[in-house]
Amino acid sequence: MTRLDGYGRLDRSRTLRFVFDDVAYTGHPGDTLASALLAHGVRRTGTSVKLGRPRGIGAAWVEDPTGLVQIEEPFPEPMLLAATVELTDGLVARSIAGRGRLAQVADTARYDRQHHHTDVLVIGAGPAGLAAAQQAARVGEDVVLVDDRPEAGGTLTGTETIDGQGSREWAAGVVAELAATPTLLHLQRTTAFGHYDDGFVLALERRTSGATRQRVHRIRAARIVIATGATERPIVFEDNDRPGVMLASAARDLLHRQGVRAGSEVVVFTSDDAAYAAAVDLHDAGARITVVDVRPAPTAPGCIERGIVVHADAVVTRAEGEEQVTGAVLGDGRTLPCDLLLVSGGWNPTAHLFSHVRGALRYDPRLGAFRPGEEVPGTQVVGAANGEWAGSTSVLWRVPGDPSRQFVDLARDATVRDIERAVGAGMRSVEHVKRYTTIGTAHDQGRTSGVIASGITAELLGRPVDDLGTTTFRPPFVPVAFAALAGRERGDLYDPVRTTVLHSAHVAAGAVFEDVGQWKRARHYPRAGEDMAAAVLRECAAARSGVAIMDGSTLGKIDVQGADAGVLLDRLYTNLMSSLKVGRVRYGVMCGNDGMMIDDGTVLRVADDRFLVTTTTGNAAFVLEWMEEWLQTEWPDLAVHVTSVTDQWAVLPVVGPRSRDVIGAVFADVDVSNETFGFMTWQDTVLDGVPVRLARISFSGELAYEVHVDARYAPALWERLLEAGRPFDITPYGTETMHVLRAEKGYPIVGQDTDGTVTPQDLGMSWVISKKKTDFVGKRSFARAENLNPQRKELVSLLPTDASTTLPEGSQIVEHRADGTLPPPPVPMLGHVTSSYRSAALGRPFALALLRAGRSRVGEVVSVPVGDRLVAAEIGPTVLVDPEGARRDG
Amino acid sequence: MQLIPCPWCGPREESEFHYGGQADVAYPDDPAALTDEQWAQFVFFRDNPKGPFAERWFHSAGCRTWFRAVRDTRTYAFLPGSPA
Repeated sequence: MTRLDGYGRLDRSRTLRFVFDDVAYTGHPGDTLASALLAHGVRRTGTSVKLGRPRGIGAAWVEDPTGLVQIEEPFPEPMLLAATVELTDGLVARSIAGRGRLAQVADTARYDRQHHHTDVLVIGAGPAGLAAAQQAARVGEDVVLVDDRPEAGGTLTGTETIDGQGSREWAAGVVAELAATPTLLHLQRTTAFGHYDDGFVLALERRTSGATRQRVHRIRAARIVIATGATERPIVFEDNDRPGVMLASAARDLLHRQGVRAGSEVVVFTSDDAAYAAAVDLHDAGARITVVDVRPAPTAPGCIERGIVVHADAVVTRAEGEEQVTGAVLGDGRTLPCDLLLVSGGWNPTAHLFSHVRGALRYDPRLGAFRPGEEVPGTQVVGAANGEWAGSTSVLWRVPGDPSRQFVDLARDATVRDIERAVGAGMRSVEHVKRYTTIGTAHDQGRTSGVIASGITAELLGRPVDDLGTTTFRPPFVPVAFAALAGRERGDLYDPVRTTVLHSAHVAAGAVFEDVGQWKRARHYPRAGEDMAAAVLRECAAARSGVAIMDGSTLGKIDVQGADAGVLLDRLYTNLMSSLKVGRVRYGVMCGNDGMMIDDGTVLRVADDRFLVTTTTGNAAFVLEWMEEWLQTEWPDLAVHVTSVTDQWAVLPVVGPRSRDVIGAVFADVDVSNETFGFMTWQDTVLDGVPVRLARISFSGELAYEVHVDARYAPALWERLLEAGRPFDITPYGTETMHVLRAEKGYPIVGQDTDGTVTPQDLGMSWVISKKKTDFVGKRSFARAENLNPQRKELVSLLPTDASTTLPEGSQIVEHRADGTLPPPPVPMLGHVTSSYRSAALGRPFALALLRAGRSRVGEVVSVPVGDRLVAAEIGPTVLVDPEGARRDG
Repeated sequence: MQLIPCPWCGPREESEFHYGGQADVAYPDDPAALTDEQWAQFVFFRDNPKGPFAERWFHSAGCRTWFRAVRDTRTYAFLPGSPA
């Protein structure tokens, strides 16, 4: 045990039990897994990812490139740094051989998110951050203060004095003052991991109580103070990856934070003054210290009075020992026995969050490090993060030695030799060297290796390091679990689910649902023993021979009002809408400026200055936005208002030869005869005081009525229609049957039979294009040469000649040559199958397809690859059922 | 996550907006009078400058205003006073 009395800020009154590699240990609140392991003399945490070399704990916080462990309990997590895992009672962890292991069980914990808007965000609660937060709070600004450690105070050990007080007392005083400030939010265990545009920062809070394990704070601040301190960097020498080689500051931190003395025979290898604090403190804690300083005449503060031996103008060239360090070999060949080899090559400002917002970093030769080199508006970097510290450094990236044993990035097993290879392969930019060697791409983002890699690359290229620069830091600053980023937006909450007012009725009726955009739509209503194919055949037969009903409420509906409503629709639809009489319905098609079809639907003229426009279910939001764009940007002079009424109106199509009987029975006051209630007209009526609109619209070719009603009354009206239809065996049908019925009639579905490259003419719908209008959106494109190309793909039907194969949608269409063979590969693709179903009415499968010059080829046979087979299919017209349209009036 | 200056709502997060492409591309007065090439220029061709760029934005999850803003494509920064 190397736990020292009188050191550390642990709660020693409580003991925590934990297990590492099946051995039980104890620790205390305030320990990390790393400190608790080191307290028991456990050095090794696993083996390295490529070379399988023993690795241990190399630092005391997020900068550690090596000390990765697998957590098993309380919940499995792969590859966490032992130095950042807070010890909890019952923790079970394992060493890692190269790579961790993803959890095999679902994570049941909750992750969530909070939003903050503040005047000032201070990142880091070390002395600089605390002072900044205090100052802002005192002038009444709203402040958010976040810090990634469990307690505020940064790396203050308590041996310093601030404002005449002990540093920890000073920090505790500031924290108490901040706690009493109502305009300040102080979050510990909260790592700012990404800094984005316009003062936006994401921070991850590790919760220690409550139902939420981690919380992402989304913080928008007018001013951001980055007080993230600095990170010590090592010096590279042979076998510098052995367990027991550690940053000097880490050993000091472990001593003062957790009362752990990480070794008893200690060599401190340094080119920097700050390492002497570690040497002195460890000496005072009972360790035997030898200092090796690369500088000819270091000031070596505190060493003479303590009798600490300092080898000046000397270097450590190699670490001895395999499973753990046993000695430090000096440049002159001597070996200093040790069980802990501390290294310090100076400090790097932790300026990642400054770099995230494209703040340029400049090399400072005094520090041997890159520091913020310009002003970024709204962002201030203070303290050590800005390179502000006393003491001096002699810059040394590496000592002479075998480059293949000199580790630059321990996490990636990348050595000086790898950088030599990169440079030898022609890499001249540090960004390229990074990608070639993978240095700086591990969990630690190269905190200890990045600048060294730049320095060594510069040496190899014979260029100054400030000229070469350093790699750009990008979010996240520390690894963040996807679960935390997802928050509660997973499972059912991943995307909003929209259901119609009749959803529970469909559920009760046993419907199988499909997703259409965010909507849940009833796809079919299987009876006992039926699969989808059987259910759809039955539903189709009911619609064509009796009566069937569906929930069409997801149909997009836009209320278009105003004196110029007709003008707007004339400009957006290919056909004439302003001539539509009140009480009538017209089918319309919309195209983009490129002449390609973007939506279709029916338009009901409700009044002289009012239309109800329907859109396809998936395009409702787009069409509304499309109308608004034209109205606001091109035609602000038009007096028109457009409003979505999709959710306000339920639409219930009642379809089939017996639909007239059902509608007539429910709405006794309506003359449902074809003479007074003709196709493509609508009528308003009232049922028990509730206004209802009936419209003779058919998407199946059958006699059909759309029943429109205020959505709140739809469940009751649905029941009334089912009740009235019972004598005719009224059959609820879903979207699959709807698709079959419309395809039998050759009605295209925008987005299924079209893909943004299809004109109305391609679909055989020239009749929907007005010849009277001088212009409408898309008209000019119809005259472009490509639009007139006779080889354009056109919508046709395909009938597999075996009368049994259902062609998979998306299948390609090919053709045999006259001699019966296929053309040599690549076989020309003539088009593809867009819709394909089995038809009850036809008694066979059929398909719709976009086929090159298809309409001119009706009657010919093409081939469709299905699995290993080529299925022959005859080209037909799009309308396969009731081509003369005899059924629509009943 | 940038803040975009909606002329009606003020600065809002970019996820509330839809991008509308280059601004100030007026619909031709008489499309029928244009050659195929001129028409194609209007339909398919847009500028791609390095620097200030006038764009249309739509506050789709807010007030549903279409507006014009000038953005520097090098920095993404919306230039002050640009909404019109």
